[in-house]
Amino acid sequence: MTMISDRQQLSYIASQAADARVNVELETEGMTLNIGPQHPATHGTLRIVCRLDGEQVVWAEPIPGYMHRGYEKLTEVRTFPQVTTLVNRIDWLGSFCNEVPFILAAEQLMDIEAPPRAQHIRTLLFEMGRIANVILFLGDMGVQLGAVTPVFFAFRDREFVLNQIEAATGGRFHPNFDRIGGLKDDLPKGWIDESRAVMRRVRSFCDEMEDLLLGNEIFEARTRGIGVIPREIALQYGLSGANLRASGVDWDLRRDQKLPMAWDKCDWKVWTHPDGDSFARYWVRLQEVRESSKIVDQLLDTMPSGPIMAKVPRIIKVPEGEAWVATENPLGEMGYYVVSKGDLGPFRVKIRSASFSNISVASWVLRGTYVPDVITILASLYFILGDIDR
Amino acid sequence: MSSLAELSERRAAAVERLGAELGEALVATHEAPGRGTWVRVRTDAWRTAGEVLRHRLGFEYFDFLSAIDWLPSPYGRGEDDPTQPAPERSTEIRPGYTGGETRFQVLARVFDVRNNVGLLLKVDVPDAEPAVASWVPVYAGANWHERETWEMFGIVFAGHPDLRKLYLPTGFEGFPLRKDYPLLARLVKPWPGIVDVEPMPEGMAGEE
Repeated sequence: MTMISDRQQLSYIASQAADARVNVELETEGMTLNIGPQHPATHGTLRIVCRLDGEQVVWAEPIPGYMHRGYEKLTEVRTFPQVTTLVNRIDWLGSFCNEVPFILAAEQLMDIEAPPRAQHIRTLLFEMGRIANVILFLGDMGVQLGAVTPVFFAFRDREFVLNQIEAATGGRFHPNFDRIGGLKDDLPKGWIDESRAVMRRVRSFCDEMEDLLLGNEIFEARTRGIGVIPREIALQYGLSGANLRASGVDWDLRRDQKLPMAWDKCDWKVWTHPDGDSFARYWVRLQEVRESSKIVDQLLDTMPSGPIMAKVPRIIKVPEGEAWVATENPLGEMGYYVVSKGDLGPFRVKIRSASFSNISVASWVLRGTYVPDVITILASLYFILGDIDR
Repeated sequence: MSSLAELSERRAAAVERLGAELGEALVATHEAPGRGTWVRVRTDAWRTAGEVLRHRLGFEYFDFLSAIDWLPSPYGRGEDDPTQPAPERSTEIRPGYTGGETRFQVLARVFDVRNNVGLLLKVDVPDAEPAVASWVPVYAGANWHERETWEMFGIVFAGHPDLRKLYLPTGFEGFPLRKDYPLLARLVKPWPGIVDVEPMPEGMAGEE
């Protein structure tokens, strides 16, 4: 049905041919290699079982569930405003971004909209959450490949972004700042100027990473052509975010969806890459952080005045109905399917998290790769355990 | 970015084409302006609906698959006093958009990235033998979603190549996301949060 670009197809065929050659030359005995649940490459407790033939993976399967917390069940005994505390912990690196789609779904059912200033600050903090999250990936990917320096740079510069989030919301990792109808507080004094300086720092961090990793011969050798996911496979498995855009799909929910947020008021670009390999995924994320910092800069310049909270009843009852709202989170598409029966709390919440789909493709993409590349591919797919296990 | 009216038109066109392919198997549709379109298909046409959507209508992107248990929870919101007899609760099954005849419904969403259109699909799951056809042959990515739905709701996906537990330990009994599966932490001792909730003065609830 879909056309795979020639370049992708060629590199895929070439890798298959290389694998076939190795198999003929070396007749080896199979063995099973267990990676995890505790392994630095799994960013948490994900277990991966690989069956090897020599150094080559012939079969691999990720086994999640070591951290399953049952949030979907817990939401059924919480009230709507209480749910944000739970969903903060799904993708713990970009936690503000987790609150937004849930709050938007509840607002959609109640038929209210946050005032423009609240929408603006929401978008601002959303993009800051993305930067804090993806910066860590940009450094961590280096460490997985044996380059130790980038991760120190990443933690250093991420701290400045986290400080800004903390100054505005009071929470470094779990802001819990979003309310149905608006936000908890307004921005503190002096925050806007400080944020501009932080965004300059973020951009210089991106330049550093470009020099340290993207232009590095070893990095290219370890990532180019490794873990190629063609467009069609990426779509079937529901990959989203940078993983999908690195496979050549030009789709970004911030641009392609109408939500009461401020992305459409900014001038920015969605980057894609045709290759679909680990290098492409890194490259796309690096560009995304740059674009995010641009969005933040523009939002800081155009901040409207006004209230930060719409008029909502003191006890929130959400009218009966169903809503699906998804946003483009740092890891990909994060959505909530909220069913309300007109009660204080939701009747059912289905949490569609990005990493769950992103990592389900692993058994497809790991087949036929070599053991050191397993780590590269897992790092480049970029998942957060809380986002898989929920 | 496309306007809301334009998106709604494209969704209506997609539903129409799906209806033309499925005939009577497309049971009901629901359009919520600006929010989405829901489609319910007959149980025996679930696989066909997936095939038509993916291969003929260009819905290449598989978003998610899950289920809804429409039975109201016999434990309420887990705020009962365990020393008192449990209050009587309604057991009326009242499905949401597009209706339905059964307690369980499987819910899925597919997306067309070229035209920027998404559809939410529902299908009734027979009460006697909760099973529907698997979507794995159509969308390979449905694999994990169906495994999760199976272990959490006990809905069997016929034709799934590898229906094993995903999150839960192998010997786990029961289906945690069913409404009649108790949240034990709330049953063994009263929910401490309840004492914090101060009832609003008469006439103030629901208005500022």
